Amino acid sequence: MTLLKVENLTLQFDTDEGRITAVDGVSFEVNAGEVLGVVGESGSGKSITAKSIMHLNPRNTVYGEDSRIELSLEDGVIDVLSLTRERDMQVVRGGAVSMIFQEPMASFAPAITIGDQMTEQLLLHKDITKKDAVNLSIEMLERVGISDASHRFKQYAFELSGGMRQRAMIAMALSTSPKLLIADEPTTALDVTIQAQVIDLMKDLVEDFGMGIVFITHDLGVIAQTVDRVAVMYLGNIVEQGPVRDVIRDPAHPYTHGLLDALPKLDDLDSPLTPISGDIPSPLERPDGCVFHTRCSRVEPRCSQSAPKMMEFVDNHYGACFVEAEKRGAA
Amino acid sequence: MSEKSIISARNLSVDFLLSRGFFSENVYLRAIKSVSVEIPKGSFFGLVGESGSGKTTLGRAFLKAVPISDGEVHFNDGDVEYDLEALNKEQLTEYRKRAQLIFQDPYAALSPRMTVRDIIAEPLEVMGITSSREETDERVRDIAAKCRLNLEHLRRFPHAFSGGQRQRISIARALVSNPRFVVADESVAALDVSIQADILNLLKDLQDELDLTYLFISHDLSVVAHVCDHIAVMYLGQLVETAPTRALFSAPRHPYTKALLSAIPSLDPDQRGKAQKLEGEIPSPTNPPSGCKFHTRCPNVHDICRHEEPKLEHAGMEHEVACLRWKELLAE
Repeated sequence: MTLLKVENLTLQFDTDEGRITAVDGVSFEVNAGEVLGVVGESGSGKSITAKSIMHLNPRNTVYGEDSRIELSLEDGVIDVLSLTRERDMQVVRGGAVSMIFQEPMASFAPAITIGDQMTEQLLLHKDITKKDAVNLSIEMLERVGISDASHRFKQYAFELSGGMRQRAMIAMALSTSPKLLIADEPTTALDVTIQAQVIDLMKDLVEDFGMGIVFITHDLGVIAQTVDRVAVMYLGNIVEQGPVRDVIRDPAHPYTHGLLDALPKLDDLDSPLTPISGDIPSPLERPDGCVFHTRCSRVEPRCSQSAPKMMEFVDNHYGACFVEAEKRGAA
Repeated sequence: MSEKSIISARNLSVDFLLSRGFFSENVYLRAIKSVSVEIPKGSFFGLVGESGSGKTTLGRAFLKAVPISDGEVHFNDGDVEYDLEALNKEQLTEYRKRAQLIFQDPYAALSPRMTVRDIIAEPLEVMGITSSREETDERVRDIAAKCRLNLEHLRRFPHAFSGGQRQRISIARALVSNPRFVVADESVAALDVSIQADILNLLKDLQDELDLTYLFISHDLSVVAHVCDHIAVMYLGQLVETAPTRALFSAPRHPYTKALLSAIPSLDPDQRGKAQKLEGEIPSPTNPPSGCKFHTRCPNVHDICRHEEPKLEHAGMEHEVACLRWKELLAE
């Protein structure tokens, strides 16, 4: 069942330097019980795409006219972008959709106990007594593997270690039983050993709760270990989308190829690291045609003239590249 | 002490004062405990461990940027030989030229109010290395070219540059005094993957060109595996294993090293869930466990580990490990 449908999402910011295009015509879907990975470098637009699902972008954001974000819930479909009143947005924010951020220290209020923050949002979103809210919160803390949960419940965020804070964050995000969880770089600030624990935990929770997850990260290794499908973003466009095995084993876009080549590989220590040449262009100077053509090793004259559309190369594996399409005989 | 080591540390300890006692004794946190290590001249020496393991503090102790509480550190680059505990003022100035640091965050490390030229030239002026503006300019241009910076960019301010270019400016600044020993503390951690490879290649090329020795501090084992020739693994202020890179990756001896290696997310989607998971988190250094410091999380813990503290012992060619049970585990 399709849970989230993002269609032709275009996002621009009004700034002093003019109107900046941050996301350009992005479409994807997430099903219930599915983990969609969104991978890309800084400035690729992955975080603001996720934030727009909760309508959390700043006031100077301009959405495209035909952009649509639809959430299918039990009592009907919500068109997120058409919501204007804060009150209506509460159904989405923290209700149907929860979010986990990269830096848990910045997401908890420092002067309110973990427990008070967890119960406060439960009372807001659920028809529940204070006592039940407390019990549910402690139960959730136990569920994510925090030992001595009733004691931790009374502590402040600074008293918890980094890994534990991230677990508490996950417990809090899941206690309202959201249909969709957005995880924005949830393991980036953690050590590898703790990262492995958190990834395991998230996989267990998907199975138990059956929700959909949008998992944002820059780390292809984490993607390979966690998600079912992956969308690769570059400079506000999705350049490739498909099942995680296909994308990693047989990338359909030179950018994905480049990312994989730039990654140090443990099974082949002698292979040289190949950087992608050049730097990510500033959003103020978006290249014409294919957004990646300024750094692409397989660039052709036509790449700077018109932008390639998403094409299906094999089952459910899409890419936006002229050269690759020709090679695969898809165009 | 080996002639070939640029840095040799013996039983090095670093303490930080936690609280000054008025009636009671002062309380200290032992950040580095009795570390002995030799960094071979011309090596790309990796230092890995989780956050809180003391990697940064050890790097700073080698640079004489934190006070050494106990033990000794010697520096020998072939030209000069220093005991870091007994430097006089002139020697310290000279040591600052010969040992330098590259920072993690290229956005925080560069002053937004200085031009790139001034940023790179500052160490030369502060240390009084050059005597005229022409000479300074020449050295700045020289190192900027080596770091593959566009010379026209020298007049600009750092805000005009991307992360990768900023890190190149940072590197140029660290190398302008012509150091022999460079500590690179998480120098690629803040960069995107496509840029990270470029900076790693640059560091390698500069090493060959300028005859440098690096101490490369990182939490990312796959990066360390690619660039370093030696690796030391730290846990809670102590070294638990040191070895040449290949030996460490093909035959890790310490259970902590094994766990670290297996926690690296594999690029193969079919390898899911095969990692050997480490329970719990690194304990607080204010209250370290008794015996082997790793015993609270070790999958191979025995009674003896709780009481007896392991020492680094020989485990093969240049391979040392601090585990009471490594031989037993090898046989299993």
